[in-house]
Amino acid sequence: MSTTKNLLLEAKGVTKYFGTITALENVNLKIHGGECLGVVGDNGAGKSTLMKVLSGLYKPSAGSLFFEGNEKVLESPRDSQILGLEMVYQDLALAGNLPIGENIFLGREPTKNLGLMKLLDFKKIKELTDAHLGKLKINVKSADQKVEELSGGQRQAVAIARSTAFDAKVVIMDEPTAALAIKEVGKVLDLINSLKKTGVGVIVISHRMDDIFTVCDRVMALFQGTNFAEAELSKTSRDEVIGWIMGKK
Amino acid sequence: MIEEKDKKQESLYLKLIPYFDKYGILLLLLIMILVMHILQPDVFLSWRNVTNVFKQISWQSMLALGVFMVIVTAGIDLSVGSIMMLSLMILAIVAKAGAPWFIVVITPLIAGFLCGLINGAGITFLRMPHPFIMTLGTLYIFRGTGNLISGGTPISGFTDEVRYLGHGRIDLTWLGLEKSQYLPVSLVLIAIVYFIFWIFMNHSRTGKWIYAIGGNPNAARASGINVNKILIIVYSLCGFLSGIGALILAGRADSGYPNAGLQSELDAIAACIIGGASFFGGRGTVLGVFAGVMIMGILRNGLNLMDVSSFWQQVLIGSIIVLAVYIDVLRRDLSTRK
Repeated sequence: MSTTKNLLLEAKGVTKYFGTITALENVNLKIHGGECLGVVGDNGAGKSTLMKVLSGLYKPSAGSLFFEGNEKVLESPRDSQILGLEMVYQDLALAGNLPIGENIFLGREPTKNLGLMKLLDFKKIKELTDAHLGKLKINVKSADQKVEELSGGQRQAVAIARSTAFDAKVVIMDEPTAALAIKEVGKVLDLINSLKKTGVGVIVISHRMDDIFTVCDRVMALFQGTNFAEAELSKTSRDEVIGWIMGKK
Repeated sequence: MIEEKDKKQESLYLKLIPYFDKYGILLLLLIMILVMHILQPDVFLSWRNVTNVFKQISWQSMLALGVFMVIVTAGIDLSVGSIMMLSLMILAIVAKAGAPWFIVVITPLIAGFLCGLINGAGITFLRMPHPFIMTLGTLYIFRGTGNLISGGTPISGFTDEVRYLGHGRIDLTWLGLEKSQYLPVSLVLIAIVYFIFWIFMNHSRTGKWIYAIGGNPNAARASGINVNKILIIVYSLCGFLSGIGALILAGRADSGYPNAGLQSELDAIAACIIGGASFFGGRGTVLGVFAGVMIMGILRNGLNLMDVSSFWQQVLIGSIIVLAVYIDVLRRDLSTRK
């Protein structure tokens, strides 16, 4: 089971205040390689805040993050990316006006030198994109297609491809299927399963019990900014997890 | 069957859209040139008139290019006319103080850059709700400052070195052309500056990030791009280009005058919009802006040649803006999935 695998990321006692509001209080989280952790909770339970702390977008007011056993302080999303920690945002965080390839490599574009100038290496971007999309079995017409021309499921696939293009060790997904048509949900869940097989630790935030019970190995519930309950998936049931979301044990 | 045929036609149409996107504006420009040539066959395409058009658009083209980069980030810079005026006044004062020409030439560039830096810093550090507000403020501040330091009166008379970029001529008699068939230095300058910024916007990382910020600032931020830093660079470059505009205008007018660049920020915005830049950000090309500047320049020139009242020029330019944006709206409807 997952506990025998390597511990990738651990959050200990994470607390986050926004002014006088306590969004998170003393929250703990662990994720291992090749494991999928489902994070559930009602609106305002602190799921998104926790993920933003993990990805370096927010600095925790208290508590610490350990990456492969070493304590790390994240100043920005760039810091977490360097550690191999990637986030797939609910709004996908893609630039619709740019092609698929340029979105995947946005902020980390390969360049070539022309004299003193560093110019984008469009050929390399295209090659790397084609290879990466092929590896994940994501079908699009062309890497040059603009993201705004894609369907919701294709966009989600691009966002996931983007998160794994740089040897990610942990991928955090915020509601990966919420905006998708039903027939596209399956494809995204397949993608999560294939990520797990490559040894990536996946954290999925979702409202959908179907998603959690299809791809996750473990589920934890947040309630009013605190750890409420946690269990191996095989040792719980949908009804119990739904109860946790509403604050009932 | 019928449905399939429709689909085929639609997809052909969708395939053509990128080409219209890229080159449609050039087509419009060519049509305008053709129409003007037919209406004024003797004058319009004469060497003298063509160089005249380029001289007339010289400094506007610099402001438009600066505003274009800002518009790509989904921002706006209303202060470019004032930045140019302030830079011009500083140039005039430094020149009158007897500074050597290479100092005089550099001052407007530095002044423009610093003005842009103030805009960028205000938008990011003061967290102004929209660049419109910050640059509306500096529109007044910079022009007021320009009047304060000059006493609100023109300062005239610059040396030939200072006037070179705006007024200089490249002799082409060695090509067997007549003495009157010279190349304005400002035309060469436009070509060089536009080429550099074309490379910058299309082939550099920073240029790509400018487009990304306009497309989705959250995506840019989540990608680890320092959005504030890029915005400050963009507004500073916009100010710098306005400073180049001031240097060109100094050469053309041989004077620093209080009304310099009055309302030219609106011309610059109009050129960008006509050239296909989208106010929503993330869309537009350097080539398009050049075409936009040319279209406005040719329209003014052609209507002047035909003795059409400048009031009609205003009506026509306004109509073209509305038409150009309406075409943009239709295009977005067709090519974007909702």
